[in-house]
Amino acid sequence: MLIIKNLHAEIEGKPILKGINLTVNPGEVHAIMGPNGSGKSSLASVLAGRENYEVTQGEVYFKGANLLDMSPEVRAREGVFLAFQYPIEIPGVSNINFLKTAMAEIRTHRKLPALDAKEFLRLSKEKQKLVEFDAALVNRSLNEGFSGGEKKRNEIFQLAMLEPTLSILDETDSGLDIDALRIVSKGVNKLRSEINAFIIITHYQRLLEYIVPDFVHVLYDGRIVRSGSKELALELEEKGYDWLKDEVREKEAREKVGI
Amino acid sequence: MVQESTMPLYEEVVNGFNKILSVPASGGQERESNTLRRARQSAFEKFRELGFPSIKNEDWKYTNIARFLKDEYDLAGTTPDGTVPDPELLKNAAIEGLDCYKILLVNGSWQGRKAGDGFPEGVQLLTVAEAKQDPVFSSYFENTEFEKHHFTALNAALFSDGLFIRVDAGATPDKPIHIVHVFTADRNLLVQPRHVIVVNKNAELSIIESIVSTGKEAKIWVNSLMEVILQPDAKMDHVIIQTPGKDIRMVQHTTIRQKKQSLYNNYTFTFPGADLVRNELHVRMEEEHSESHLYGLYLAGGQQLVDNHTLVDHQKPSCNSNELYKGVLLEQSTGVFNGKIFVHKDAQKTNAFQQNNNLVISKKATIDSKPQLEIYADDVKCSHGSTVGQFSEEALFYLRSRGVGEERAKGLLINAFAFDVTEKLRVPSLRAHVNHLITDHIPETNA
Repeated sequence: MLIIKNLHAEIEGKPILKGINLTVNPGEVHAIMGPNGSGKSSLASVLAGRENYEVTQGEVYFKGANLLDMSPEVRAREGVFLAFQYPIEIPGVSNINFLKTAMAEIRTHRKLPALDAKEFLRLSKEKQKLVEFDAALVNRSLNEGFSGGEKKRNEIFQLAMLEPTLSILDETDSGLDIDALRIVSKGVNKLRSEINAFIIITHYQRLLEYIVPDFVHVLYDGRIVRSGSKELALELEEKGYDWLKDEVREKEAREKVGI
Repeated sequence: MVQESTMPLYEEVVNGFNKILSVPASGGQERESNTLRRARQSAFEKFRELGFPSIKNEDWKYTNIARFLKDEYDLAGTTPDGTVPDPELLKNAAIEGLDCYKILLVNGSWQGRKAGDGFPEGVQLLTVAEAKQDPVFSSYFENTEFEKHHFTALNAALFSDGLFIRVDAGATPDKPIHIVHVFTADRNLLVQPRHVIVVNKNAELSIIESIVSTGKEAKIWVNSLMEVILQPDAKMDHVIIQTPGKDIRMVQHTTIRQKKQSLYNNYTFTFPGADLVRNELHVRMEEEHSESHLYGLYLAGGQQLVDNHTLVDHQKPSCNSNELYKGVLLEQSTGVFNGKIFVHKDAQKTNAFQQNNNLVISKKATIDSKPQLEIYADDVKCSHGSTVGQFSEEALFYLRSRGVGEERAKGLLINAFAFDVTEKLRVPSLRAHVNHLITDHIPETNA
């Protein structure tokens, strides 16, 4: 579903992604871990289409089409969803109104009939239950006055409503306590299917105990330096990132010298 | 003083005044008291001294009207011209779902009450043409305060007609009064409506003014003056919805005189269309313990100029005033906001707050925002704030990342920005009406 080939990207002239290669197939959950500054969030931003990143090399294909050519809204309509690390508050735009507008645009793009008020309400109630999202919050302005946990749950609520094919969760676990983590994970697990896929970006292994990945990749200095199964995550938890950093540096040194 | 004689409008105005003077004060169709005559004379002499404002006048520094004064205008006649307004225009001005009394003015003239109008108990409605001839009311038209400013001096000298509303003491009309001002002309016209509203002791009044025009080729200069007097314990809700067409150049002056314990709420909404809109809103708190809330939202587009000048004059102690004006500047428009707060030496325990926020959508739009506080009392709480910004890139990206197209997202954000002001409208049908107007005026492509 997603093919990333040799992706290089920079921001304000500074290279951040230095050759990412990744393939994600339907039904898979990929975890991307790595130390701070490795480029994890940048990867998410580039996939979602943030305009301050410039792609300098490489390609990304989503369901066979060139993703990098699409504007952010088209990527969303095609089925890409980014759950933000720091969801913004937008006072004056109501949660409900915003979702209705987004769904309408997505359904139009997918040539699906629009939802009427009753269906929307029914769907909304169903998905709210999934993330134990308080009905009162739904009627408020977008994220206004929400706690960190509520904001993250709102991201997953939107995910549930918009039914994307590829969901990218950018450090969804940051700032969450155990209970919130459990609720969010439960929600995501219920939404997993054979036709969609998830990229879970996280710093800590903790989230991956709840949302068990099929593949774990470690991002360091703009590149995926190691890939493995969920055991890799446990290894990182034990040893930290330093051992990998050392391995990488050693390898680079060897390459330089020509060994 | 500027060489006024080179301006055709100035000449027209001088001729117009001489014509008025030539009609005898008593007898004939228009009978006016001698005091009123003298007041007109005095106002006109003041106007001749002041002339039209130029950018050399501090209050007009950012609002250059020279190019509008170059056109020739006829003075609107003293008798209503019987023009029939476009029914489409009236339909658009109507507020869906609002149960209210309706009054229609064409070029400042009201045709008077019609059978079946069913106006509320306790409310007296007259045309100004009638009221100024009535010895009981004519003094309302002799207020010499208006001589001091360019356009109000002109109006004080030359006004012919408008609306006179008087609410009996203690009266509480069951529905608001919706006044639709239609401006329409086939040749360039200077229209000078004069309105007076008196709300007597402990009475209430809620009015909504809609300003619309037919948008034909002819240019209409509207120089409107309204004086509102709120007697002790009176309450007034005043909503102004300006949707002028491209034919309009408008200077709208509203002075409110508040007596003790009165409450005045003003909500002014200005939408793109006219080349020039200059609103002057002066609230004079003449006695203790009164309160006033001024809310404004202005959208300007094309190459329009929208100027809001407000003045809150705290003359006596223990009054509260609160002002929130927000502007959205599109395309190549110019916005001006000047909020004056004047606190007299005696006005202890004054609370006066002012906030002006502007959203500049395109690189070519500009806003001049100037809060002005002059405080002479020492036991007061006053604050002012002014901001100018663009769309939050974060917010835009968030909306787009959910599939909302860029233009739609900007529309949502403009509405969100305006929300602070529109949410102050307590009547849902009014709020919906204004929200629709906002959405209608957000262009599909942004320059």
